[in-house]
Order: sequence, then structure tokens, then C-alpha cells
Amino acid sequence: MPNTQELQDLVVQVRRDILRMVHKVNSGHPGGSLGCTEFLVALYNEVMDLKDGFDMDGIGEDLFFLSNGHISPVFYSVLARRGYFPIEELNTFRLIDSRLQGHPTTHEGLPGVRVASGSLGQGMSVAIGAALAKKLNGDDHLVFSLHGDGELQEGQNWEAIMYAAGNKVDNLIATVDRNGQQIDGATKDVLPLGDVGEKFKVFGWDVLEIENGNDLEQVIAGLNEAKSRTGKGKPVCIVMKTEMGNGVDFMMHTHAWHGKAPSDEQLATALEQNPETLGDY
Amino acid sequence: MTKYTDQGKQDTRSGYGAGMTELGRTNPNVVALCADLVGSLKIETFIKESPERFFQTGIAEANMMGIAAGLTIGGKIPFASTFANFATGRVYDQIRQSIAYSDKNVKICASHAGLTLGEDGATHQILEDIGLMKMLPGMTVINPCDFNQTKAATIAIAEHHGPVYLRFGRPKVANFTPVDQTFEIGKALMLSEGTDVTILATGHLVWQALLAAESLENQGISAEVINIHTIKPLDDKAILDSVKKTGCVVTAEEHNYLGGLGESVARVLATHHPTPQEFVATQDTFGESGTPEQLMEKYGLNNKAIEAAVLKVLKRK
Repeated sequence: MPNTQELQDLVVQVRRDILRMVHKVNSGHPGGSLGCTEFLVALYNEVMDLKDGFDMDGIGEDLFFLSNGHISPVFYSVLARRGYFPIEELNTFRLIDSRLQGHPTTHEGLPGVRVASGSLGQGMSVAIGAALAKKLNGDDHLVFSLHGDGELQEGQNWEAIMYAAGNKVDNLIATVDRNGQQIDGATKDVLPLGDVGEKFKVFGWDVLEIENGNDLEQVIAGLNEAKSRTGKGKPVCIVMKTEMGNGVDFMMHTHAWHGKAPSDEQLATALEQNPETLGDY
Repeated sequence: MTKYTDQGKQDTRSGYGAGMTELGRTNPNVVALCADLVGSLKIETFIKESPERFFQTGIAEANMMGIAAGLTIGGKIPFASTFANFATGRVYDQIRQSIAYSDKNVKICASHAGLTLGEDGATHQILEDIGLMKMLPGMTVINPCDFNQTKAATIAIAEHHGPVYLRFGRPKVANFTPVDQTFEIGKALMLSEGTDVTILATGHLVWQALLAAESLENQGISAEVINIHTIKPLDDKAILDSVKKTGCVVTAEEHNYLGGLGESVARVLATHHPTPQEFVATQDTFGESGTPEQLMEKYGLNNKAIEAAVLKVLKRK
């Protein structure tokens, strides 16, 4: 298990990967990716029990589903640096003939991806199905999922939230990235979500908060606390507050970088704020 | 022509239920999902015998399709069932992204397809589902003709890896294909050989095609009747072999002429062997309330309509 400094170095390196990937093709979604970097680094390198290599069924290991597929840059970087595929392949993000499609897919056979996502609101249902399969298989491993907060505007989530509580899917930990931003603006302005944690609670979930989802130690502690609450008859929800664009000063406190790539100059500034740690791809 | 006997009218959805009962007993990986229509889908026996392998999702079809996709991760073979309207149009994007594009081994099993749903009316009578499903890359589309064939198809698709749309219906109709037949996906079935015209029928229209062929025989017209139970992948060879012999074709389906079997056949013919074709199908319209027989008569989807289409296409040879 890596120590905290090694994980922190990985966080910075993943941020560099995200920025360089998005810059190269002048498209993609850096904001949410940067905001969820600590979460995905912690999940894949500290929290989840993972087998070596990749097989689709994932029996005997924890599973993760990315529902907000547009933050593919952080997902790809974390998967590559966890060893699912060569780091150099990050160079092919969004290019023709690449396995690293704009939004994650199983279609090109990229190791680490178990379902396509991008059209929002579908991931929780898929995660529930995988959790149910684990129960049927007598596999006591867990299923994790990540959802954007704006994504909760899609109605299918609430079908899934109702189902998971009603059917005691207690091997599922769904995390909501509560960054308060979506493409058109702040979630409170576009379509207010209200108290997300309270909503999950009244639907019957066990809910905890991570106050600062960009503090690695808080993220690890929150995820471990969530793990300890599984198997008790309720699905577990983490409401994780993050800052979209975290780690790059001019990308924070705005929705502007949800789906926009930095210019050459902006990239240089952003990379200065995230100096190379483990080596660029 | 070859004669077929109605072994007693039964609904094709009960064929699905019978197939699920058998799968419940023989394949431990098969799981069933339903969105508050267990009684209509006839899967009570499966649920009674394998309650741990049944997932009641409530009236939430989008979530059902997603859960089905997730259940495949871990090796399960989910059969997600509801009415055809709610199994396709309502959840098209869930099927497209989480199932088809993700290459998930989900069987979408849809009852009450087409006009023969009857009195509930157009809100429930989907006539566009074959088109919606066949357009999805990698999706297999099957529309069996009677109880026995629906049971056989249900069992067969469990052995096929990949997403499948299995379409069947509500009314009791003639049950004329063999009991315990083997169902081969994508293999059209020659029901009766003929020389003057080819009738390519699917679903409930297959029996109507046989009735039409019998009447045509009495008028001295030799019709070849082929059961196209699999619309995708389409048995191009069987179709081409037949039309090269007869020189004209009538397609018959309980579906809109846009997007259905007829269009798939037209593509094959236009590409390989241009041939006069007439379409027995609904004419870009919604349905309405009525008995199944009344609706099939009004919308031109019975043996008489097929017969008229044959007489018309023969003049175009």
C-alpha cells in the first residue's frame, strides 16, 4: 500500500495528465476531472481490493463504475497509472482509432472499463446490477460508483436510489461529486438539487459526507468509513464536496472549465502549478 | 402446399413464460427482471421456483435495463421483460448505451407488441419497436410466430452471447409449429414451397400467411411461405433463393412498414436482386382501441390483406 506522499505525488501527476490530454486534442472535460482526482487516486490505490489484470466479470474484487463519463481524463489517467494499460496510450485520448474514446466505453476493449457512460444518469442502475450479481455469486466484494451532482437531475437516478434502498443493496457505495457546477452554470441556478444527502437519507440510504473531497486524507478516511457501513442493510452514499478545476487556480470557482481545454499559455501556467512528480507520459 | 394444424390457440407470451420456466430449471445463470407486469409476462413459475433469481424493479423500466446490464458483470444472463412499448421506446438510450454499445448479454423480452394488444389502445400498441431495435449495432431481433416457437426462442437466446430483442404478444393465436423444436437464430424456416410468389412473414402474421396461401392455392396460385422469425440477422440467402424462383414477394408483419421486416427485405432485394414487393404492415399510423381481430382487419394485417397483396404483386412481375 503506498504511503500518503506517494499518493499525493500521484494526484499531482494525474492532474498533469488530465491537463495535457485535454490540451492536446483541444476538447474534453478538465473541470470535473481535476475535482475528482483525489477520489479516484484514493479509490484505485488505497481503498479498493483489486485483482491483478482485468476481466469483465470482476469476481473476487471490488468494482468501480464511472457514471459521469465525461470526466474520462481522470479515469483514464488513474487506470493507466494503476497498470490497466500502457501510460503512453494516454497520448491517444480522443484521437481516431483510439481505445480512449471521448467518453469511456467497453467497445474498444480498454481494460478497466466495464460499461459505457457519457449519456448521464445510467451508472447507478448498472452498479446496482453488478452489486446484485455479487450477492448471487456469494462474492463479498463491494461496488463503488461516482456520479456528478448535476447528473442527479436525470430521473433514472431516483428510480435506482429507490430500488437500492428498497432491496437492501448494501454492498454498494455511491459517491456524489457535489461540486455545485454543471455546464450551463451553478446547479443552484440551472436546476436546484436541494439537500442531496437528505434526499438519499429519506430514500433509505446511509449517508455520510466528505467535507473536502480535494483533501486526500479526508477522502481516504471517508471511503474507509463508508466501507465499514456496508453489509448493514442499506446502500451507502457519500456526498463529497469538491472544487471543480481543483489544482489549477484559474479553473476553480467557476463552471467555465467544465468542458473546455486550456490554450498553450494556460496549459503552461497550469502545469507550473502541478510540477512533474512521477514522469509525464 | 404443406398443411399445418392448429394444436390449440395459445398466447406467445405464455410461450415466453414456459421457456423461462425451463431456463430456471436448467441454467443457473439465467435471472429475470420485470417492471410490475409479472402476470402479463407469465413468469410466475420461474419466480416461484427461483425467487432469488428474480428482480422486481417496479414501474421503472430505465432502471431495469441498467440493472440488467450490471447483472451481466459477474456472468448472469438477465431476461428483462415488460410490454414492448416500455421495453424499447421508453428506454431507448438505456438500451443503446448500457446494453448495446456496452455489448452486454441482456435479453430484452417484450410482450404485448403491436395492434393485437387490443383494447388498451395506441398508447400501448407499439408498431415501431422492430425498427428501433434493429437499428442498434449488435442487437439481434427475433419475432416468433406461436407459443411453441416463442418457448424455443426463449431457450435458444440464453445460449447466444450478446443483446437480443425478443418480441411476442398478448392474444391467443394458432399454435402450429412443432413442440420442443430447436430454434436456430437467423435461420428462416421454409413452411410451404411454392413457385408463383414468396410470402415472407413474421410473428402473428405467419399463420395468416399460411391461411392466405391455402386460399391462393384454391385459385391456382402457388405461394411459398417462409417464417422470418429472426429479423436481424436476416437470412438473406433464404430470401434470395426464394425470390429468384418466384419473381415477386409479399412481406407481412404486425409493425409499421417504416423500419420493419419489409424494409429489411427491400434492402436485400435492392442490393442483390431487385424484385417487385408489396408490404403488409401498418401504414405509418398509430393504432386504436378494439379487439385484436377488429384491429387486424381494419389496419390490413390478416390473411385477406396478404391475399390481396399477392394478387397485386403478381401483376407487377
